Amino acid sequence: MTQAERPLSPHLQIYKWPLTMATSILHRGTGLALAGGTVFLVWWLVAAASGDEAYASAQWFFGSWLGLVFLFGWCFSFFFHLCNGIRHLVWDVGYGFEIDAAYRASLLVVGAAVVLTLVAFIGGVIARG
Amino acid sequence: MAKFTLPKNSKVGAGKTHKAPAGAKRVKSFKIYRYDPDSGENPRLDTYEIDLAECGPMVLDALIKIKNEVDTGLTFRRSCREGVCGSCSMNIGGHNTLACLKPIEDVAGEIHIYPLPHLPVLKDLVGDLTHIYAQYQSVQPWLQTETPPPDRERLQSEAERAKLDGLWECILCFCCTTSCPSYWWQGERYLGPAVLLQAARWLNDSRDEKTGERLDQLEDPFKLYRCHTIMNCTNTCPKGLNPAKAIGEIKQMLVERR
Repeated sequence: MTQAERPLSPHLQIYKWPLTMATSILHRGTGLALAGGTVFLVWWLVAAASGDEAYASAQWFFGSWLGLVFLFGWCFSFFFHLCNGIRHLVWDVGYGFEIDAAYRASLLVVGAAVVLTLVAFIGGVIARG
Repeated sequence: MAKFTLPKNSKVGAGKTHKAPAGAKRVKSFKIYRYDPDSGENPRLDTYEIDLAECGPMVLDALIKIKNEVDTGLTFRRSCREGVCGSCSMNIGGHNTLACLKPIEDVAGEIHIYPLPHLPVLKDLVGDLTHIYAQYQSVQPWLQTETPPPDRERLQSEAERAKLDGLWECILCFCCTTSCPSYWWQGERYLGPAVLLQAARWLNDSRDEKTGERLDQLEDPFKLYRCHTIMNCTNTCPKGLNPAKAIGEIKQMLVERR
């Protein structure tokens, strides 16, 4: 019996996610989303630099429903990644490793990200008129 | 590269059901991962209905009852039945723990029992730990000195000894290592929480004189820094230890010595 023939025991399929695992994966996911979203930011800046017509079409996209959903997601990604990044800095200096502290910090980071996203997004929509 | 799905030969199929005996009073279903290397078949999930009125309180009691009375082929590791040997580590109800310390009552409804996650399976609930043991050996988990041996024991102050608390209690059950997604995806090179906790145990020993060499060995993008503080290790440790914190402290030691 060679090792290659042995089955691999189930992992993601069966493991129940602790909250800290969920926020860790969300950190990775929002990081990827931020990187992808930057392409759209570049598009918007290039459009602004290349003239009225290009800028108007970019503005049309970001003002459409799809664009607003996209901006909302990007906004949340930004604030979650920011808040959880600060949490990683706290870990780096040696605090917050106890289980209950880690759970409280998970909830705090998600809560802060949601509030900051809503404030920024609603503020943005009001400012746009 | 991370592979999130199971290979073809590892997909778990439906298995047999062993009904509770007639007249059973408190029936509980145990769904247990079975794999027979001689059959050439894929793993399957067998169901055992057990009368809790006739069974001890812990999951290990139920496993032993099944092996004694229902299905003698069921294979699992166990020894001390009181949480000091680390043999009966497995995935129970979605979390890694010791079957001997896990009360059946703690899991509502059917109890799903799998081997420790993301290991090559030898048989049923027995995973292959060869690679993890080799990684453990690689951190040289023994006292190393350069000064000549004194005429008596190498002494420690109470404060120096206290630095080992929370580290020496590890029983090497590897619940933590096999709960870690980073270890699932990078286990070939990442040492994982149990081995790093043991590395911390020797780094913190006032009698050990190879601290620098130990840190040199750990300063590696894969061996140590694949830890992303997911904290599954600390969440799952049946002895209540904190590998995530120990790894954080190793990272700090590496920064502080620059």
